[in-house]
Amino acid sequence: MMSVHLTAHQVWGMPIALGAVSVVGLLAALLGDGVWDVVSWSALSLPIAVILSYVGMPHRQSCCVTHGLSVCSSSSHKRSR
Amino acid sequence: MPNSRIMPAAMTLKQWYFVHKWTSLICTVFLLLLCLTGLPLIFGEEIGHWLGTRVEPPAMAGQLPRTDLDALVADARARRPGDAVLFLSQNDDAPAWFVSMGRTPDATEDSAVFVYDGRTGAFLQDLPLRQGFMHVMFTLHVDLFAGLPGTLFLGGMGVLFVLSVISGVVVYGPFMRKLSFGTVRHDGSRRLIWFDLHNLLGIATVVWALVVGGTGVINTLARPLFTYWQQTELAEMTAPWQGKSLLTVFSSIDRAVVVAETIDSWKETAFVAFPGTPFAGPHHYAVFLRGKTPLTARLIEPVLIDAETGAIAAVRAMPWYVTALSVSQPLHFGDYGGLPLKAVWAVLDIITIVVLASGLYLWWKKRTMVVEQLLVEAEPHALPAGPLPIGEDA
Repeated sequence: MMSVHLTAHQVWGMPIALGAVSVVGLLAALLGDGVWDVVSWSALSLPIAVILSYVGMPHRQSCCVTHGLSVCSSSSHKRSR
Repeated sequence: MPNSRIMPAAMTLKQWYFVHKWTSLICTVFLLLLCLTGLPLIFGEEIGHWLGTRVEPPAMAGQLPRTDLDALVADARARRPGDAVLFLSQNDDAPAWFVSMGRTPDATEDSAVFVYDGRTGAFLQDLPLRQGFMHVMFTLHVDLFAGLPGTLFLGGMGVLFVLSVISGVVVYGPFMRKLSFGTVRHDGSRRLIWFDLHNLLGIATVVWALVVGGTGVINTLARPLFTYWQQTELAEMTAPWQGKSLLTVFSSIDRAVVVAETIDSWKETAFVAFPGTPFAGPHHYAVFLRGKTPLTARLIEPVLIDAETGAIAAVRAMPWYVTALSVSQPLHFGDYGGLPLKAVWAVLDIITIVVLASGLYLWWKKRTMVVEQLLVEAEPHALPAGPLPIGEDA
């Protein structure tokens, strides 16, 4: 069974980017009003948007990589709940 | 071969997982309470207006000059003769002034807080104190109704939370070594779905959680820090007046504020502590100035005014730990960027609740498994590893 290891960049790239955007969002409104406030809540809503987009995303990728296309459908992959 | 750059030795991972599990388990119930009570607190001002517990001064055109503060204080004294005036403070946004009264000058609890329009001097309301839904939420959040010990206990829980988040980030790497970011395996077991969600929601909001958690811990030190300030800085500033008896008649407060503000035209009065209160000592008004810009508004500067002569007695910048406390407050409350920021803050709070609750669920479902089994289960396409508790399938 082939197992795919991700690089450190693949594992940490997105979390670090979201972290940096969060820091900007937290500090912006402290430094000023008006447009600074907009920067703040826009930046801090990015992690929320990212979460929503991934939660809504159907998952098929890694199972295809390791099993091949023939078993790649949610109905045949259903586990007992 | 495992990629050693993102996979620490199994022994270290076991230790980090142990830290994450135990710091989380101990603090989670209290953190859930803090997050839940924190949710309405974010909108405290809005809820206060909605419930009618907070009255706003009416909108008026133009920049009207400040009314005579002596008149405000005289009116407050007339409403509660026999009580001492503790503080006079200004609202951040609306031009309202608050007069806090107490049974005695060193009272730790307000007996009344009166709100006035800062432009006309009109009496706006007698603030309802220590009652209502928001008071319960606030007190639960701040000290679990247990005073200073309660606050310090919650501070301890906050420290555990910070450790939990940090250790969670450390174990995230090994657990995610084979799963692309954000994967949520909807076709997996319920346990697997919640595992994926816990990781995604947790790692995406980790900076916010650390900042709010960390500033929460700092805020629990507010009372001890101010007591320390009183015993060191304030004591030094009032040293020349040691031994003088407590004044009964004070000089004009309006004059004191005007004189204090001449120190720095870039600053305005945040609040004034009256003679007899621990913040001012027995012989002085302590006028606390703050900057007018968002950046400098956190920097407070106390000006001691002799309450007998009305002259400036001492000026000194606040020490670093008070500045740290001042900066911690907006970063904890999320109230410094208008209503949209408060809305985002609330959503992030809810996400944190989901992370905490899912963490509890995952611990319960996986408590018989060791780290190696958990790692295998985390991999894509893996079947649940290890024996499952009898009767459960997810």
